[in-house]
Amino acid sequence: MAILLLADHDGSHLSDQTAKTLTAATKIGGDVHVLVAGAGAKAAADQAAKLSGVAKVLVAEDTSLANNLAEPLAALIVSLAGSYDTILAAATSVGKNVLPRVAALLDVVQVSEITEVVSSDTFKRPIYAGNAIQTVQTSEAKKVITVRTASFASASEGGSASVETIAAVANPGLSTFVADALSSSDRPELTSAKIIISGGRALGSAEKFKEVILPVADKLGAAVGASRAAVDAGYAPNDWQVGQTGKVVAPDLYIACGISGAIQHLAGMKDSKVIVAINKDEEAPIFQVADYGLVADLFEALPEMERAS
Amino acid sequence: MKILVTVKRVVDYNVKIRVKADGSGVELANVKMSMNPFDEISVEEALRLKEAGKADEVVVVSVGPAKAEETLRTALAMGADRAILVETEDQVEPLAVAKIVKGVAEVEQPGLIIVGKQAIDDDSNQTGQMLSALLGWAQGTFASKVEIGDGKAPESTARVTREVDGGLQTIDIKLPAVVTTDLRLNEPRYASLPNIMKAKKKPLDKKSPADFGVDTTARLKVLKTEEPEGRKAGIKVKSVAELVEKLKVEAGVL
Ligand SMILES: Cc1cc2nc3c(=O)[nH]c(=O)nc-3n(C[C@H](O)[C@H](O)[C@H](O)COP(=O)(O)OP(=O)(O)OC[C@H]3O[C@@H](n4cnc5c(N)ncnc54)[C@H](O)[C@@H]3O)c2cc1C
Ligand SMILES: Nc1ncnc2c1ncn2[C@@H]1O[C@H](COP(=O)(O)O)[C@@H](O)[C@H]1O
Repeated sequence: MAILLLADHDGSHLSDQTAKTLTAATKIGGDVHVLVAGAGAKAAADQAAKLSGVAKVLVAEDTSLANNLAEPLAALIVSLAGSYDTILAAATSVGKNVLPRVAALLDVVQVSEITEVVSSDTFKRPIYAGNAIQTVQTSEAKKVITVRTASFASASEGGSASVETIAAVANPGLSTFVADALSSSDRPELTSAKIIISGGRALGSAEKFKEVILPVADKLGAAVGASRAAVDAGYAPNDWQVGQTGKVVAPDLYIACGISGAIQHLAGMKDSKVIVAINKDEEAPIFQVADYGLVADLFEALPEMERAS
Repeated sequence: MKILVTVKRVVDYNVKIRVKADGSGVELANVKMSMNPFDEISVEEALRLKEAGKADEVVVVSVGPAKAEETLRTALAMGADRAILVETEDQVEPLAVAKIVKGVAEVEQPGLIIVGKQAIDDDSNQTGQMLSALLGWAQGTFASKVEIGDGKAPESTARVTREVDGGLQTIDIKLPAVVTTDLRLNEPRYASLPNIMKAKKKPLDKKSPADFGVDTTARLKVLKTEEPEGRKAGIKVKSVAELVEKLKVEAGVL
């Protein structure tokens, strides 16, 4: 039977996370249908149709689907579930919000944040902040799965799937959208960036974070991340948090500045290809996972790095 | 309004867990256990809502072994009024936990259920969303702010600010509802010694999954549990110049 993949998009643009989730779907095997739901979703649907490996794109457009509210989106997915034996989404804030709701409505368990497809019913997933990896097998009538996109490459373009419009279902009317406060930036997105530079508690203030981290980020074309301590203290916005309970990233280069390397932080970045740590404490645990460690004061090292690179 | 809060007993977040050599799981003997950190945030939020006059009772519930009574006593010491332990030695999956808590909610009739975003042992991030689905209620997940209007009328709503991938989203949800808590919602209080003493006398009811007609047999089969691939420490560089040189030439990432 076929696989239903919930697309991540912002109306005009399909997220790269969808292309990564598609790679996991292809490994599971079966016709992949991508569901693009929103108020204006046509542009994103056309982009999804071009991904290689997509058999069909379903577009559902309705005002109730405009802001990814969990209840109408889950109701839509459940209405389609009869034709699919696997329902997949990226483990983004949308996927994590809606898929467990779908699973419960279908009375099946969910497999969260898979990092590997072993076979069509067997998956690997990290537990305990990635300190253990479980291999789990599901025999549920419907497999409901979220995918940790940092573990999968993006599917390529070259497809030409058909795009079919489907009807939205009645809005359960349990929640209403009030406002978005989204951080806009010209920098790359954390989850698709090739280079990430992250700052920790050592930065000391939002001003210093901006003054010291951002120029290096701009010079390198890097995305910016942060530790929980930096976010809690208000030096960086919440959507920059990397870690067990923030974003999980695997760029080519991750530069951790003034971050001690708590297991919860490592959980979000230890699969990066090359890790650099800049910390003034040579005993900091971050050095145990760093390919290149520099014991230095970041307030001196980073301006120098900006000039040198 | 009554608030129901779920609390899970998990390995303390400071413990570096060890995987059993035979691949059968994680070593849990003689390991420090604590309340799941997100659940501390949930208890704190419920107490603040009560202190603000938006709620009149805070009931905490845990599904787990007899020892989970300690975790519930901690919540009582923080200030919760009553506790319910649904006792089982099984490792209960999020769907079954959600079904049990639904059963508790049908008895208790809370106006709000506060659940942690994620348990730091299984890292599932499912239970609150599943519970909300089973009850047919609204969900406000990953909350960094919760505001309740008049808080009394059943048709009232809660305004929830959510931490999402691109920043923040604010939604209104109809009560009763399920809210799941994120890190920035509040900073949980510590229980004072007198309150720890008082908590010993607060009511704690014991139930079983069968009381709610829920089968806790695992539906996912865990074939094995292994250590992740390790990462070795690399080298220390002496200067920024050396670092940039290595990144360009040796690693080829700049
Ligand atoms: C439930 C839960 C979930 C969590 N989730 C996450 C998560 O997703 N992500 C996350 O990051 N954390 C998470 N944490 C928090 C984590 O445990 C750590 O507290 C946090 O990562 C520490 O942040 P930090 O490294 O910036 O701060 P610290 O641990 O305080 O480290 C600061 C470092 O900066 C160095 N330093 C100081 N001054 C300088 C200077 N001038 N130059 C160079 N170096 C300097 C110090 O030597 C130190 O190593 C979570 C915790 C819990 C309980
Ligand atoms: N056994 C349990 N007992 C009580 N609450 C639980 C239990 N399991 C999960 N929860 C709640 O659900 C949240 C999310 O857990 P999970 O879905 O497992 O990541 C936790 O923070 C708890 O609030």
